[in-house]
Amino acid sequence: MFTDRVTSTTASRDAQTTPRDRWGRVRRGLDQLTTPLLPDDYLTLINPLWSSRELRGRVEKVVRETDDAATLVIRPGWGWTYDHRPGQYVGIGVQVDGKFHWRSYSVSSPPKRSGRTLAITVRAMPEGFLSDHLVNGLAPGTIVRLALPNGDFVLPDPPPARSLFLVGGSGITPVMSMLRTLDRRGTMGDVTLHYASTTPERMIFRDEIAALHAKHEALTVHEWFSDEQGIFDLARLDDLVPDWRRRETWACGPAPMLDAVEQHWRDADLDDRLHLERFSLQLKGDGGEGGLVTFQNTGREVEADGATTLLEAGEQAGVGMPYGCRVGICHTCTVTKISGTVRDLRNGDEFDQPNEQVQTCVTVPVGPCTLNV
Amino acid sequence: MAISDVQEYCHLTEADVEAIGRELDALRERVERSRGAKDAAYIRRVIRAQRWMAASARIGMIVAAPLDKRYRRPLQAASAVSLGLAKILENMEIGHNVMHGQWDWMNDPEIHSSTWEWDTGQPAEQWKHSHNYIHHQFTNVLGYDNDIGYGVLRMAREQRWTPANLGQPVYNALLATLFQWGVALHDLDLDAIRHGKKDPEEMRRQLAQIVRKGRHQLVKDYVLYPALTGPRWKETIRANVAANLMRNVWAYLIIFCGHFPDGALHFTEDELEDETRAEWYLRQILGTANFEGGPLLHLMSGNLGYQIEHHLFPDLVSNRYAEIAPEVRALCEKYELPYTTGPLHRQYGQVLRTIHKLTLPNRMTKDDRPPTGEGVTIEQHQRVRHEDTHQRRTELGAWSRAAGRSRA
Repeated sequence: MFTDRVTSTTASRDAQTTPRDRWGRVRRGLDQLTTPLLPDDYLTLINPLWSSRELRGRVEKVVRETDDAATLVIRPGWGWTYDHRPGQYVGIGVQVDGKFHWRSYSVSSPPKRSGRTLAITVRAMPEGFLSDHLVNGLAPGTIVRLALPNGDFVLPDPPPARSLFLVGGSGITPVMSMLRTLDRRGTMGDVTLHYASTTPERMIFRDEIAALHAKHEALTVHEWFSDEQGIFDLARLDDLVPDWRRRETWACGPAPMLDAVEQHWRDADLDDRLHLERFSLQLKGDGGEGGLVTFQNTGREVEADGATTLLEAGEQAGVGMPYGCRVGICHTCTVTKISGTVRDLRNGDEFDQPNEQVQTCVTVPVGPCTLNV
Repeated sequence: MAISDVQEYCHLTEADVEAIGRELDALRERVERSRGAKDAAYIRRVIRAQRWMAASARIGMIVAAPLDKRYRRPLQAASAVSLGLAKILENMEIGHNVMHGQWDWMNDPEIHSSTWEWDTGQPAEQWKHSHNYIHHQFTNVLGYDNDIGYGVLRMAREQRWTPANLGQPVYNALLATLFQWGVALHDLDLDAIRHGKKDPEEMRRQLAQIVRKGRHQLVKDYVLYPALTGPRWKETIRANVAANLMRNVWAYLIIFCGHFPDGALHFTEDELEDETRAEWYLRQILGTANFEGGPLLHLMSGNLGYQIEHHLFPDLVSNRYAEIAPEVRALCEKYELPYTTGPLHRQYGQVLRTIHKLTLPNRMTKDDRPPTGEGVTIEQHQRVRHEDTHQRRTELGAWSRAAGRSRA
């Protein structure tokens, strides 16, 4: 997240000087008047969005999409660039009971440089306390924290001539951003959307998709209702989309669906034409051997096994660990590992250099290690 | 010798000590569990109020500049007071407590111990070492805790007397008026420098950091804001001096009342040996003193009037100290432990008496507090260089854009 922001500032400096850059320079000049704080810290007294120290936004509207899903229209504050790529997600930090909780959600609105808002669409998950809060408990006017857009599940520009979107449930959100982009730019090619939902009522954006279909002949839409029709069997794809092998495919939905899709494409030897988006942590490594984790600044120590992440270990030891999405996306939890080796659970990569930045939510100790927390 | 051999603790059995530890742990856990939206709203409210006070003070002085003397003077005076109060609030209730990690649980990067930089001469990084680690870990242990006299004053009879101590009343007055700069030099460890035990490399690094931070502070208060008031620049400097003086004297007063009233005892290295968590709790209770007062006094002193509670739970949110104080006190009564407290003026009176008494050699004065041990002197102990055994927290306030550069 942080590196992204650094890159984007450098990029804008290379380009011609914009009014925003000049304003930034003025603010830096004013730093000396507000040291050790920033002018932004005083400006937020007047308007909470007038700060680029942390990205933040104000919830403008909460639009109910279905019984259990809603679209949050957010007006970002200073420092936001509005140039996300269709399909990317953003981090959103919301204060519940005094504490910021972070999750990542796909942006459902299309990128628009001149835009003033962005939209994310959230479905309240039965076990998801934050998603439920976002859908049912968030009043317009609430200030939230934001993290810049991220993710590789994106639509290339120009888009491929033939594409297929396989969507299950709330997996529609990044795809919706792509479809809206195709519509807005007038580049809707030969697109097939296969959209599965339990019932018609729970199908998010159903009307809008129907409207898009009516507008663009080249957009084919298959609706699938699994409560009536059962789980969609990928073997039937040959009947429904005979040319699926020749299409660039994007799939987003629940983990079992994605596993099946991944397997299907692998069997057809077409992995490189498939793009997947997962929101749950998928562990590939075998875990570490575990070890004694020392927390430098509190002096606390805890013995963690090979399945306990450094974040969990710290929380068990009562250390105030920073954290965000807890699935390795947002980098909020990154701390400096002073010594020792840790393993990334997602891919088994090991980090054994001193003073490395590690994401504590997805790494486990391999032998003793010390963290600068 | 362990802490349970200290006279005040002789009556406690090992089981008692462990039971006290368990009760205090439970108290901590209860507060931690009940932290929530109300506490978060509290610190945000204090921060907002403080920033409004600071901003209106600065603006007030600028607005006052072109006015007629009749209106200018009262406005300048009000601004100076507002600035002084803002600095006090920032240093005591906000900066000190945020850097202790009291608000880290909010998971808010803008109110977090790793990013906070405060409005005073000392860089946050050095404070977190000298205060959070050295002082809170080794509270009142002779030869370890540099807060005993700050390397300037003789505050314990166990510190050897030298003729230089005859100047203590003067040093004390200077320390009070220039307190922020005294604190700024604190982590350099003047005693270690005097004894040639300071790593020169580390000293250079720290000095560079202090100079950089100090320059920003001085330029802000004594160059930029005076310049913004044009021909009235001298009056603005005077107002800013007054505000800084106000903060310095107040911070000095509160901090000296935490550990130097008569009831607060000193310890020796021997008592640190094999110290358990419960024994550490006991040492905090015995080495610390509270003072009494209303809610406003406690707010302006960063809730350090609850110094005992703060030392037991340095990273527990300060707005709850008042709530747990009666329970800590009841616990002390139950186990017949001293719980030192009194009105602010009495506590400070005792501090002043000690400072002046220790101006003279021990044989010429009488001790007001129980002796630490027969013939104990500070020189008996090999001063441990904590830098050798402990790696420092390196993060500076990410707050300041200068943070990246000053990490050098």
